[in-house]
Parts: sequence; structure tokens; C-alpha cells
Amino acid sequence: MDKNIKMKAQDINFFYGKHQALKNVNIDIYANQVTALIGPSGCGKSTFIRLFNRMNELIPHTTLKGTVSLDDTDINAPSIDPVQIRRRVGMVFQKPNPFPKSIFENISYGLKVNGIKDPDFIEEKVVKSLKRAALWEEAKDRLNDSAFKLSGGQQQRLCIARCLAVESEVILFDEPCASLDPVSTAKIEELILELKKDYTIVIVTHNMQQAARVADYTGFFLLGELIEFGKTQDIFTAPKDKRTEAYITGRFG
Amino acid sequence: MERHFDAELKDLNNDILKIGTLAQEAIYKSIESLKDRDKDRAKTVIEDDKKIDELELVIDEKCLDLIARHQPMAKDLRFITTGMKLNNELERIADIAVDIAQRVFELADKPLLKPLVDIPRLTTIAQDMVKTAIDAFIKGDIELARRVLLADPEADKLRNSIQKELVEEYMVKDGSASPRAVQLLLIARFLERICDHATNIAEDIIYMVKAQVVRHHPERLKG
Repeated sequence: MDKNIKMKAQDINFFYGKHQALKNVNIDIYANQVTALIGPSGCGKSTFIRLFNRMNELIPHTTLKGTVSLDDTDINAPSIDPVQIRRRVGMVFQKPNPFPKSIFENISYGLKVNGIKDPDFIEEKVVKSLKRAALWEEAKDRLNDSAFKLSGGQQQRLCIARCLAVESEVILFDEPCASLDPVSTAKIEELILELKKDYTIVIVTHNMQQAARVADYTGFFLLGELIEFGKTQDIFTAPKDKRTEAYITGRFG
Repeated sequence: MERHFDAELKDLNNDILKIGTLAQEAIYKSIESLKDRDKDRAKTVIEDDKKIDELELVIDEKCLDLIARHQPMAKDLRFITTGMKLNNELERIADIAVDIAQRVFELADKPLLKPLVDIPRLTTIAQDMVKTAIDAFIKGDIELARRVLLADPEADKLRNSIQKELVEEYMVKDGSASPRAVQLLLIARFLERICDHATNIAEDIIYMVKAQVVRHHPERLKG
């Protein structure tokens, strides 16, 4: 695999029972780039992003055909531990989902689950992750407070810090700003742009301006198909497919 | 699906057509005033230019407003950014018509230096190019835009030959002819500038329609 390609989805067909949610999708996710997936509700983009860290297999009666690889590894191969995949490919959801624990424990938890016991190492990691997620200044004096006391935007950054602590290589964002105000949204977007230096990022968003602002590459999904994929600038100034054009100019329907 | 936004785009389109019509009218009137040595008519070109300047500001503001409020994408974005450029090009064309009209004041009371042959030819080319460029905008027609681009070298050639004739046949041979020759030289230069602006418009339209940049890349025109 090309070393610039961090993840690859090949010939993806995905079914919920008999309903086919994804049809022959092929995509390359470039390393240290932000890839945005856009499309109307129900187009399959969230289903698709969940394939990158095997989240769909938690849903009963689903079938996946095709290959998803991380670096050169088929992540669905029998020998692969899904927990390890989910460590390497972290996920941030639409609604912030901190654990019902303190701010500190939210981050140390993943480390402990991964067998790390050294308290100094853990503390260092917590501080570093909070700093990297641009949450340190706001959280440093309240590390033992419940994570639920944080604002929505802060909780979302805490969830990002959690991925950073366990050294995820890829971070998946599924509508990360859907429940945030514009200022918190701007902070998350800044953070995404900052993090792409060290991480590979895939983001599902309904907000096309957000995709235009943060993404290097953009893919447009419609009815389970990847209609168009390309550099963000090309997609938003000169899309090749009429359906992409109609969607991004709001003429859809 | 018809959007409210479409009505605003249509309104912008109409304004651009309006400034296009005014610019064409300004060229026409300035040329007529030159031919007829009609200072009153030349004056109206200068006066009417204020309206064009005002309209330019209105169009610019509309474009900025559309971008800020709608954050347009794809062909909407290309339409608005092209609209902004056309607006400026057309306003500049109208300014050149004023420059020509001002020459009328220098020439009207003096005997004709020579019967005008090449300047009317250049005038026809310039007017044709502007008209065709505006038609290309109205119809979103790349072929028309291309025709404008192909006409430009002819305008350059004609300007050069006018210049050569005026310098060699008049200015060098008879110093007293120079003041009038310089005025004609300027007019030829202005007409050629109008052709250049029409060329810019045509290039912008190719971008608007095809998202292809042909500016500074004439070889891309062939494709």
C-alpha cells in the first residue's frame, strides 16, 4: 500500500439485514490529512465511517463484504483484536460521551484498560493529552471534578483527549460539532487542523462549510454510493458530478 | 428545487446585464461623438459614467452580501465571483469610453489629420468583442467566449499598424501634426484596452461555465 495511504476501503458492500446501506464503495484515506464525508441523511456516511474501527459489528444482523485496511493490515481478519483496532482508530461521536467519572479518570481509563499501571506515566499522559486537546487551561484546576460538569464543547475535547492518550493513529469524527455552538465548533475545527500533523482524520459532517474549512479531501455519498471523491477545493468549486453539484448548492430534492 | 437564493442570483444577473448595456452604450456614444466631432454628445458620456460607477458599487455590495449570507458553492460560487470580475471589467470599459470622449474635446475644433480608416475598423472589433463577451455571459456559451479570445490578436495587430502609420507618416515627417496624431494614438490604445477587457470577460466566463482557468494559459483553449 502507498505509504501516504493510512486506511483503505475496497469494494465495500454493507447490509442491515436485507437492506443494502453501502454499494461498492472504494476510498483511500490519506495519512495526516483530513477527509470529510458529506451527503444527505441516510446516505450511508455514518455507517461507512464506523467500518474503519469495526463499530458496525456491534449492531446485530449486519453483513460486510469487502476489505478495510489499516496500513497493510486487514482489520477484519480473524486474528485481529477489535479492541486493538479501536485503540488505533479512535472515534468521537456527535454527542459527547464522557464516562461518568472525573476528568482525570476519563483519560486514564483507556491507559489502565491497556495495562498501564505506572502512576507517573499515567499522570504525564493525562496532562499531555489535555494540553494537546486544548483543554488543559480550562481543566487543570478541576481534574477531579466530574466530566459532566464540563460544557458540551469541553466534553467533546475531552473525548478527543481520550483518543490521544491511547495514541490513536486515526481519529474518526461522526458529526462532532452537531450539538455545539459556533465558538465551540471553531475550537474543535482548530483542533482538527492542529491534530492532522500527527494523526489521520476522517470526519462525517452535515455542515458543508465545515467540510470546506477543515478537509483536504471530501467524499460525497448518496443512497449508499460514493458519488464523488476528490480534493476539497475541487469538490466545492468545480464538482464533476451533477448530483454533487445539486447537493452542495442546496438544490437537492 | 427553486431556492430563494436563485431569485437573488437572477437579480445580480440583471444588474450585470445592466452595467454591460451601459458600458456598451458608453463606447457607442464616445465613438459617435468622435466621428461627428460632437462635443455635447461627448459630454453626456462623461456625465453618464457617474451612473455606471454607482451601479458598480451596488453590484459589488450585492456580491459580497451573497457570499457572506449564503456561502455559495460550486457553480453558484463561480457565478458570483465571475460577476464581481465582470462588474469591474465593464466599469473599466466605461471609463475608457470616457477617455475617448475626452479626446473629442482635443480634436473637435481642429482639422482632421487624415481620413479615419483603421480606427473605425478597430472600433468595430472592440464593440463586437464586448457584445460577444456579454452574450457569452448571458448564454453561458463557451464558444462565444472563445470567439472573443480569438479576435484579440487582430485588435493588437491593428493597433500596432495604426501606431506605426501615425508615428512614421505624421509625427516624424511633420512635427506640427503631432498634437493630433498623439490624440489618435491614444484613441487606438484605448480601443485596444477595451478589447483586452473583453478578453478578460471571456476568460472569466470560461471559468464560470467550465471551471477551467484559461487566463495566462492560451494553450488550454484548444481542449
